[in-house]
Amino acid sequence: MADRSLVETTWDVVVVGGGNAALCAAITAAEKGASVLILEGAPKPYRGGNSRHTRNFRCMHRDPLSVLTEAYEEEEYFRDLLVVTKGKTDEGLARLAIRESEACLPWMEAHGVRFQPSLSGTLSLSRTNAFFLGGGKALVNAYYNTAEDLGVRAVYEAQVVHVGIEDGRFTHVEVELGGETLRIAGKAAVLAAGGFQADIDWLARAWGPSARNFLIRGTPYNRGVVLKDLLDQGAESIGDPTQCHAVAIDGRAPKYDGGIATRIDCVPFSIVVNKDGRRFYDEGEDVWPKRYAIWGRLVAAQPDQMAYAIIDHKSIDLFMPTVFPPEKAETIEGLARRLGLPVPALKQTVEDFNKACREGVFHPTELDGLATEGVAPEKTNWARPLDTPPYYGYLLRPGVTFTYLGLKVDETARVTAPEGVGDGRYANIWAAGEIMAGNVLGEGYLAGFGMTIGTVFGRIAGREAADHVL
Amino acid sequence: MSSEATTPSLLQFAGDAEGEAAIAEARRQIEICNACRYCEGFCAVFPAMTRQKAFADGDMIQLANLCHNCRGCYYSCQYSAPHEFDLNVPAALAAVRQDSWTRSAWPAALGRVFHRHGVAVAAALVAGFAVLLLLIQALRPEAGQGFYAFLSHNAMVAIFLPAFLLPLAALAVGLRRYWREVGGAPLRGRHLAAAFKDAAVLRNLDGGQGQGCNFEKGDRYSNERRFAHQATLYGFLLCFAATSVATLMHYLFDMPAPYGLFSLPKLFGLSGGILLCLGTLRLAMLKTRGARALGAPGVWGGEMAFVLLLFFVSLSGLVLYAANSTTAVPWLLALHLGSVLAFFLLTPYSKMVHGFYRLAALAREAQQRAAKS
Repeated sequence: MADRSLVETTWDVVVVGGGNAALCAAITAAEKGASVLILEGAPKPYRGGNSRHTRNFRCMHRDPLSVLTEAYEEEEYFRDLLVVTKGKTDEGLARLAIRESEACLPWMEAHGVRFQPSLSGTLSLSRTNAFFLGGGKALVNAYYNTAEDLGVRAVYEAQVVHVGIEDGRFTHVEVELGGETLRIAGKAAVLAAGGFQADIDWLARAWGPSARNFLIRGTPYNRGVVLKDLLDQGAESIGDPTQCHAVAIDGRAPKYDGGIATRIDCVPFSIVVNKDGRRFYDEGEDVWPKRYAIWGRLVAAQPDQMAYAIIDHKSIDLFMPTVFPPEKAETIEGLARRLGLPVPALKQTVEDFNKACREGVFHPTELDGLATEGVAPEKTNWARPLDTPPYYGYLLRPGVTFTYLGLKVDETARVTAPEGVGDGRYANIWAAGEIMAGNVLGEGYLAGFGMTIGTVFGRIAGREAADHVL
Repeated sequence: MSSEATTPSLLQFAGDAEGEAAIAEARRQIEICNACRYCEGFCAVFPAMTRQKAFADGDMIQLANLCHNCRGCYYSCQYSAPHEFDLNVPAALAAVRQDSWTRSAWPAALGRVFHRHGVAVAAALVAGFAVLLLLIQALRPEAGQGFYAFLSHNAMVAIFLPAFLLPLAALAVGLRRYWREVGGAPLRGRHLAAAFKDAAVLRNLDGGQGQGCNFEKGDRYSNERRFAHQATLYGFLLCFAATSVATLMHYLFDMPAPYGLFSLPKLFGLSGGILLCLGTLRLAMLKTRGARALGAPGVWGGEMAFVLLLFFVSLSGLVLYAANSTTAVPWLLALHLGSVLAFFLLTPYSKMVHGFYRLAALAREAQQRAAKS
């Protein structure tokens, strides 16, 4: 079944994983002349890990650069990162990622990635983020084509189950491929196999049983097999193993791989209730991109990890279309029945909320200060009574984006070894992408920053691995 | 696009279950696209869809005719099979488009027959007309000049004028229905100008940034299809110009054929014939490489037959020219004219209609863009 040349070759660089970071590493190493093997766990249509679902790249620039307008300099970028991480970042690595991102964008274009000139959608990120034409899968396709042209060998449905390490040196990987377990030898390894969010058991061990009700927004193939194997071998970890990044998404989304289309943007214009029909948090706390991420956690804390965003007809055109149509009814009672919520409780909640709304100017695109009075929890912006039928309701559930636990690396992306091994690092193992993102992103999320980490550390890892071998 | 465009749809009076299913499936897919929007830079379909949240039948037909089947969105799609959303927008829109053409053809049965059994129908027609024309030649005793030695000018006009005008009339009826169905406003010159400009450069096959489409090389981009199509289009227009100029010369300036090599009809005809020949040959070759499942697989044969018919028209014309004053001329003339006749008559029932509907869709798109800004 498996091609014998795979096992008969000693590859210069074995890249474990097949997403953005893996591809950046593979291309960089191949351009330096290394023989490179990519072992992608997913089947070909699902190749690319979570990169398939990404859309943009956050990029520092001192002047207008390609599709990016004005300037977005290191200090501002770093401040943005500090806000979301609340300081949980390695400043040296973070600044490295930020500084290197500027050179990445032209490199990406030179390797087939196309960016959209400007965005007609609702997000105005044309200064800080460059958007891929066609999204992340188009980027992944471009990189696979570039890698293929450079002679990189990519094998799909190749799940690495063990990374062989002797005396602090990588020797081989054990790969499940076509029903066999193969031993593939290499002179250097780049581990870019993602996080563990698709392993629900692991999530449940870390987070608690409620994690079984979470939806996984990204690839079902990020099961953390390689991460776990390295941690079992004593590699030093970074990031909180009990945490994952979760947002509130459409509760009807697929268990895995729902991606961007399952987002629900109506929360600021809604009241959000739990399955008891009660509100539990200020829906108008801040503009949506900033508050988007906290709702995953909020919903996760509710009974059965479910919540319902309810709007009236006034708000239906104020947010992005949703992939599934909302439940709809002419009365709050009718909507409660359609959503399976207790009718009297929801009716009471809406009445209390409506009574607490006051006159004022409603402004959907900025903090308008239109707050409630005398209801708990209060809604501090965009508080308008729900009084115009039809009424619409969306079921929300937590959708996991990624996990924070990862391998600790240094500024050359080399993986930190257990104490007493080598010089504190493995001699020839590098890591890039989600598997090490926790070094830089210990908490929160910054749009487009995952791709920044993957691209910057992927290129570094590929370069370092090739330099080590050649 | 107005979602209240619920004027009685063609679907309703046609009672076409297949068409309804095609629209329902395309609507399901477009609503998912509209929640994702990663593809907005590829072509005009995506910005057009983002102007609204709900899609009436007419909206779907407009989007379908705006789609040029470049397939960029399919290869970039994070939701294509095996994903459970199972998106294949180029195929879904191709099905709607094909159905709308078939329904608006009159009589519709002719459209269905050609699209499904294209090569056979085209071959039979060409052969039939060729035999007919040979018979007419045989019945012609007097002498004439050039090709008119074989078929009198009057006979040609008597055959080709109705063969040209009747299909155009049928097309006009279909286009009128189309315009009503998509809720088109009164057409202005600038809308048409925008449509012709988009068509002239095939803007919607350039991938948004000039990299071309994902037709024949999987997820790699290529401009080959766009360029082959342009060769075909401009070749066809040059051939058409040659005939038009010759007609004017004949009637207005009393300059009947045959014409010399450096006359306008010959210069247009020769260059056009060569372009058309090369363009259609390339299109046919590319068509064998593109994934059939990303178009309307049921009419692949009809589409191919249309390309091959155009190829045969141009090739037989060039061969006829090369065979000047040999004994093969009567045969070649009958074959060439037979293929031209078949081509004209099949226009409302073949892939040839795509040009007319696409222009209408581009004009409607220009209208809607203008209405929004």
